[in-house]
Amino acid sequence: MTLPFAIIAVLIVAAASAAMTLRNLVHSALAVAVAFGGLALAYLYLDAQFVGLAQILVYVGAVAILIVFAVLLTRGGEAPEKSIFSATWFWGLLITVAVFATLAWCVMHSFASKREPADKVEVTVKQIGDALMTKFVLPLEVIGLLLTAALIGAVIIAMREEKK
Amino acid sequence: MLGKGIIKGMAETARNFLGSYVSAERLTTVQYPEQRIPQIEKARQFPFLVFDGDDPMKGLRCVACQICEKECPPKCIYIVKSKDKRVDYKGQMQLYPATFDIDLSVCMSCQICVEVCPFESIKMDTAYELSTTDRFGGLMVNKHQLAKSNEHYRHIHPTDAAASDAALAVEVAKAQAKAKADIEAKAKAAAEAKAKAAVITPVAPKPVAAT
Amino acid sequence: MTESLDQIFVTLKHWLLSGFENLLKWLEVAPPDWLMPLVSMVLSLAPILMVFPALFAITTVLERKGLGRIQNRYGPNRVGPFGFLQFAADGIKAIIKEDLVPRAADKIFHFIAPVILVITAFTVYAVLPFGRNMVAVDLDAGLLFFFAVGAASELAVFMAGWSSRNKYALLGAMRAVAQMVSYEIPLILSSVAVVMITGTLSLTKIVEAQSTHAGLLPDWFVFTPWGFMGFALFMIAANAELNRSPFDLPEGESEIIAGYFIEYSGFKFALFFLSEYLSMFALSGLGITLFLGGWNAPFAVLDFIPSWAWFFAKLLALIFLFIWTRGTLPRLRQDQLMNLAWKFMIPMVLVNLVAAALWHFTGPGWMRWLSSGALVVGAYMLLGKPQFESKDIGKRTYRFAD
Ligand code: SF4
Ligand code: SF4
Repeated sequence: MTLPFAIIAVLIVAAASAAMTLRNLVHSALAVAVAFGGLALAYLYLDAQFVGLAQILVYVGAVAILIVFAVLLTRGGEAPEKSIFSATWFWGLLITVAVFATLAWCVMHSFASKREPADKVEVTVKQIGDALMTKFVLPLEVIGLLLTAALIGAVIIAMREEKK
Repeated sequence: MLGKGIIKGMAETARNFLGSYVSAERLTTVQYPEQRIPQIEKARQFPFLVFDGDDPMKGLRCVACQICEKECPPKCIYIVKSKDKRVDYKGQMQLYPATFDIDLSVCMSCQICVEVCPFESIKMDTAYELSTTDRFGGLMVNKHQLAKSNEHYRHIHPTDAAASDAALAVEVAKAQAKAKADIEAKAKAAAEAKAKAAVITPVAPKPVAAT
Repeated sequence: MTESLDQIFVTLKHWLLSGFENLLKWLEVAPPDWLMPLVSMVLSLAPILMVFPALFAITTVLERKGLGRIQNRYGPNRVGPFGFLQFAADGIKAIIKEDLVPRAADKIFHFIAPVILVITAFTVYAVLPFGRNMVAVDLDAGLLFFFAVGAASELAVFMAGWSSRNKYALLGAMRAVAQMVSYEIPLILSSVAVVMITGTLSLTKIVEAQSTHAGLLPDWFVFTPWGFMGFALFMIAANAELNRSPFDLPEGESEIIAGYFIEYSGFKFALFFLSEYLSMFALSGLGITLFLGGWNAPFAVLDFIPSWAWFFAKLLALIFLFIWTRGTLPRLRQDQLMNLAWKFMIPMVLVNLVAAALWHFTGPGWMRWLSSGALVVGAYMLLGKPQFESKDIGKRTYRFAD
């Protein structure tokens, strides 16, 4: 583990726990945005330019905004009076620890962790594009179709005008 | 076609832009501190208190009725009534304002105080260079600064001042007539009272209707 | 001679860098291996941090003078010769003004919102090529970087509006975010056409792709049917992204006073202005890079003028275009704004992608002009007609209160 990675990891974990514990919903939403940004930094640190930048564009630029809008449109920004811990926090903690332990055990014993790290490869955006257009063209097209359908649906909903 | 209007508009502004360099007539603004446009008669900026006579504080027409204070939309007038009374222009005993402040930074020049004043004592001034370097005290205008003579009013708003003077003259005439009538009535009443002094008829109070 | 003038800044940087290295050698200090890249980075970024704020200062004066002339006024003409030192007066005023923070404001977010805005506005310059070999970081995914960093500024705008605890600020922020999200799609999709043709996301490679000449005209993308339409859509969307008139609803002085930065004063207010103008230059720079041939000269004979001069000349031209539209067009209504984005710009931009593909696959010749051009013009006519044809609403009657 290197120093930059440690900093990024601490940032992500701190932001994520802030998102859970902060009383004010808008603060939580902004903390989530910081966590998204931290993830993008992690990708960039791993030399995955395309994924990192797309993460910022999509998650910080769109998803975080969507969350903030949802918070603002559904209820006021006032902090709830209730305790942030639910009544069954003990069981929740137990289940969390169990799941984490299982996953950690799996990861530690998987063959991937025993593999030697591969040589550093330069992945350019062009290669990603080529891969998307050849090997992964079917999933890409399916996702594209889905998103286009959603887009057209949104436009049609917006286009319908009340007949007088 | 979509966009035709935009192109037309852009052409128009381009003509203005270039034309303003060619012909000076296009430039309609004046260069303010050096050039000034004469004010029209109805111009108004900030209220002042009218006084008659020579002593501003003695001659203030304001009777501290506080109507303007209540009506001012942004509530920028502050009045404290006096403890004693003094004779006003009609010869009646009236209160006068011990304090009369208007906050210049809040006043919006709406002239409502002028419209509601029943005593023709607050009017709008035309002076507009009112800036000050003291933003806390300097913008609170007190009654000494507000007091301006009726001559000043006649000078800045001749038509309105004439109407105001006429209205006041009518009031004074009425007051004098009333005073005369009062004196006559008093005299008459006194005479009658003397005549009826012997006969006293007690009047029973009317019963109050139960509601 | 022309060669050296063209590369003068690049040479200067190398010269400074080697000078620094020699200095270290002379001092007999062995530099750690992260030092030299860092110094090189600083030398690349320092000019950006100086040139563009200076351009901001000049543009504020030019904009006010230009708007004045458009409205048949003089504009600022008191401070300095012809009023050109007005920016200094404005700057001094902004710095010495009291910095007011509302009591109910969210202090931390109120403070960092303008800072984030300015940082994002500066960061996008890292990938813009200002001239031949003049780009701070030649990223492989430069275009994506530009849009990603730009998207982060939306959150800062929201923060500014929300943390002020003011209804106008919140309204302004909601409007701003809704507008920026809506217009980001046409902005990005109009650039995607260029990416499709050049096959790269690197801004330097996009500029190089436009450096050739075809007959009289240079090979700039704006001189193709899809490129022209793409450029127009890009500029409209950029105008909306920047919240400039006629898309200045988030600021609308006459309705919500100043929108999301109503509660800012003094230096922080100046930061908002700085970031707004910096984003304007950056988006103009991106438009130049994508469609107007970047730092390329329009004709081969004009190649003796340095490449960076061409870039800044084009930049000034686009800034003038922004000022001109601001002086001409009145503000849109909210529903008109959304209609324009979703019912005209987005379908148009999708058609434009098809037109670019047609252009690419038809191959050289008049056929590509005909097919691509017909598609663009036809879509424009068809989409523009139903939404924007002026409906006959009869003669307007005025009613006055008695
Ligand atoms: S002009 Fe209007 S705002 Fe000013 S003091 Fe009179 S009533 Fe108040
Ligand atoms: S200015 Fe007029 S309305 Fe106001 S307190 Fe004096 S008399 Fe009354």
